[in-house]
Amino acid sequence: MRFWRRPLDMPPVKLSRGEVIILPERCKGCGFCIAYCPRGVLALSEEFNKKGYHPPYVKEADKCVNCHFCEIICPEFAIYSINLFEKEGEKAGA
Amino acid sequence: MRGKKRELPGHPMDRLLRVDRIPHIWCSGCGIGTIFGGVLAAIQKLDIDLNKLAMVSGIGCTGRMAGYIKVDSFHTTHGRAIPFATGLKLARPDIKVIVASGDGDLFAIGGNHLIHAARRNIDMTVICVNNLNYGMTGGQQAPSTPLGFKTTTTPEGSPEEPFNFCYLAAACGAVYVARWTALHIRLLTNSIAEALQKKGFTFIEILCPCPSVFGRRNKMGNALETLKLYHDRSVIKNEIDPKEAGIDLFGEIVVGKFVDRERPTFIDYYRSIVCHETPEDNVIRIAR
Repeated sequence: MRFWRRPLDMPPVKLSRGEVIILPERCKGCGFCIAYCPRGVLALSEEFNKKGYHPPYVKEADKCVNCHFCEIICPEFAIYSINLFEKEGEKAGA
Repeated sequence: MRGKKRELPGHPMDRLLRVDRIPHIWCSGCGIGTIFGGVLAAIQKLDIDLNKLAMVSGIGCTGRMAGYIKVDSFHTTHGRAIPFATGLKLARPDIKVIVASGDGDLFAIGGNHLIHAARRNIDMTVICVNNLNYGMTGGQQAPSTPLGFKTTTTPEGSPEEPFNFCYLAAACGAVYVARWTALHIRLLTNSIAEALQKKGFTFIEILCPCPSVFGRRNKMGNALETLKLYHDRSVIKNEIDPKEAGIDLFGEIVVGKFVDRERPTFIDYYRSIVCHETPEDNVIRIAR
């Protein structure tokens, strides 16, 4: 949310952080995860997997907020995200 | 890649999947995998005892779902998923039965079974994946093919009006009727979880992109374009009369939960009328 002036009593917003893990051997290159990632974390790679599809790769790992949307939209069970919050700790506050 | 030598938890759905059969047979861009993931997520969310759950499916692309889930499952003959599930439910009333099948299997070949299972209100959850044609057999016209759309058997365009599945299921007596698309995954997962907890015949229709058969013949582009069409055209209208909830690929695709009501199930009636049992007997039987 944007304010013209930051309220003095505004609590710090904690952003969750996630790490995307891709299982490229399961991927069929449909591109759902790339198109529907709300933070634009993924991109299509130039490499081929064993079946000849282009799996995605993590382009901007820092942007992932662990929303799990890539995980649930993937028809191939080839991508998931794990929570990084414990590791990053205070750094995640924005 | 060499630096990463840590133990990864694995995909969260692997617990419910027959991992040795993955990758599955569905085409690149097919939405059935996403819908299957939604079913698994609903099972995981409810934390159902996997020994008290069974999945039955018919023939077709969606019929393969039963082969990939790691619970007791059965892949029946074409159109006969509901009769099998009915028998299963009556023999083992304590287990939850999910029927997952396509539009052609449930409404064309097995249409008769579906309407009578809904009329009797047999306690099961029917997941109907609607990809607007018979995908696996080569893209023939199905009862869901919209007017004017091309299929292998209607190369000039389908001259028939399609069924409104939700209206049909509701009219036959289903206690829970909803329609979603392969893009409404979180809503779909919640809806499946709700339907699984409900007693009686619950029906969920899910629109699914079929890029390599239906989409290709109708110049609908790849699966992402179909998902974009769902995104642009679908309108959520909960609790409306399913009669007015139509699927118009050029206009409005009405999705939402249309019916949620209570009716005694077949087993309830059978126990009271045929077995002359009172509700107290039922309590005693459960206690045993």
